[in-house]
Amino acid sequence: MKIPVFRVGLIATASFLPLSLIALIVFLAIYSWPAIQFNQFHFLWTNDWNLGNLYGNPVTVHGAQIMPGAKYGIWFLVVGTIVSSALAMVMAMPVAIGAAYFLSEGVRKSWAGPLSLFVDLLAAIPSVVYGLWGYALLVPLFGQTIFPFLANTFSFIPFLNGDPGSGYGLLTSAFVLAVMIIPLISATLREAIRMTEPELKEAGLSLGLNRLEVFWHITLPKLKTVLIGVGILALGRALGETMAVLMVSGNALNYLPNNIYAPISTMAAFIASQLDSALQDPTNMAVEALSEIALVLLLITVAVNIAARLLLWMARVR
Amino acid sequence: MAIKAIERNVSVRTSTKGFKVSLSRRVMTAFAWMFVVFSFLFVAAMFISIIGDVLVHAWPALTPKLLTDITNGIGGGLKNAIEGTMVMSVGALLLAAPIGIAAGIYLSEHGHGGAGKMLRFLSDVLVGIPSIVLGYVGYITMVIYLGWQFSVAAGIITLTVMLLPYIARSTELAMANIPLAVREAGYGLGAGEGRVVLHILLPGAAPAIMTGLFYAVALSMGETAPLLYTAGWSNYMWNGRFTKEPIGYLTYVVWTFINEPFAESHMLAFAAAFLITAGVLILILVGRWLLVRGQRRMGVYQG
Repeated sequence: MKIPVFRVGLIATASFLPLSLIALIVFLAIYSWPAIQFNQFHFLWTNDWNLGNLYGNPVTVHGAQIMPGAKYGIWFLVVGTIVSSALAMVMAMPVAIGAAYFLSEGVRKSWAGPLSLFVDLLAAIPSVVYGLWGYALLVPLFGQTIFPFLANTFSFIPFLNGDPGSGYGLLTSAFVLAVMIIPLISATLREAIRMTEPELKEAGLSLGLNRLEVFWHITLPKLKTVLIGVGILALGRALGETMAVLMVSGNALNYLPNNIYAPISTMAAFIASQLDSALQDPTNMAVEALSEIALVLLLITVAVNIAARLLLWMARVR
Repeated sequence: MAIKAIERNVSVRTSTKGFKVSLSRRVMTAFAWMFVVFSFLFVAAMFISIIGDVLVHAWPALTPKLLTDITNGIGGGLKNAIEGTMVMSVGALLLAAPIGIAAGIYLSEHGHGGAGKMLRFLSDVLVGIPSIVLGYVGYITMVIYLGWQFSVAAGIITLTVMLLPYIARSTELAMANIPLAVREAGYGLGAGEGRVVLHILLPGAAPAIMTGLFYAVALSMGETAPLLYTAGWSNYMWNGRFTKEPIGYLTYVVWTFINEPFAESHMLAFAAAFLITAGVLILILVGRWLLVRGQRRMGVYQG
């Protein structure tokens, strides 16, 4: 039998892709195993991240060596991550739908190409540049003008009133995240709108609906699954965003936000900002606890992505 | 009953003069139009504001000194960072392109069975993994466990894992756009699978694959999080060693120097941000232009 050299080579090279994913998960799980054993599950819902007394002698608690007083609880990160991403979704979704409609049906074809470049290039801007923009432009603008105005005007609405803060915080992070995910949602949606059967739109038009009503009553309900799928996909991106959030979130520690202007921190940003101080821990438990955060973040985003892919796969859009 | 109801409606409609759109519908439509136009203008305004903000702040710092000096603690030039960014992007591309293209070819040519579906699914999952998690795994495996310390190789490999799914996806789409008849013609002339793929399909899909590669390079240039704890940072030029030698890169300058209290550092951070943004946008535009030109020249395979 002749060995199909080409195919074997192809499969061998291609297999690096799934192998790297599996290696990623396995190594992370192995490395964070001591921290998982030590922290158990209340890790997730206690609100107490404390490296302990780094100048003391290590003590043994529950069979693990840690620094005296060290505690690892990340409830504030869970809250910060989920609330900022959810807020970003709420802000991004309507605008993304509007922009997708505008570019696919609102303007004539010859204009749509150049104008959609704005959206496509916005998606390409590096996240650290978003962070810089947020840090240099949004934080002063929001902190000095917009947040105090909002807090005064809507003082009767819970979570919108109270101390407007310095500009670093939940709403600024959510705004930057929203600007980052609008182009993602918008691009897929534009494609999906273009692929909708013209017969449906024509049927709507012939019943006397105008184009926007056709979009609202016919096209959009038809694209419900796509919309949810791509929304979850964008949510996954927002959950894992690091640099932009790191630069505008205020990096709160052990602090739960009491209104939308309060400083927060997210899991991804926390991993990036805390490794230096975690390395000071001679028992290595802090680094392992950070890797447990990375594992939690990984599992959340993988779950979110699987859900989104299943939905999009059912809707036959990829 | 139904017929009667319809008749009654029709008679009502025809009896009034023409078809009148109710006020509430007209108001709603006007509002919706305003919102649609607003949302596009919002996106465009955000884009212009980001580019404008970076450009305005970076303008005074854009001097030849950027390209000739290396960074020091608070200022200097960006020569070492530019070199580092290029080394790592090109290195990651050289590693990721063969694997990603092979995976893309497999997906488009044999991707309809169970293994193909699995590969596609895993590739989609890999896209969704946050880049900081990739960086952290790179840190615990290569920097600590393999003892490479902060090094070029650790940075390149971490970036490679990040780029793989993007390259695989763009290659798959490019290959899938080639009609089946082209493959049949190749096999009909007695060519083996290797010859069909390498000499017939790949040249035909080359413009689209190139666009994907340009996009991947742009993506790797703009990444910070996976490099923070794998490539480290160095104020000096790269000395050619792959392990145990950290390297500088532009995105690190953006995020670190903006936190320094000196105006000179801030200017350098904005200059670095400008260089990255310009590089990324130019790569993507050139990639698109190549695609359009390639399609025009070939005339087929547009999908």
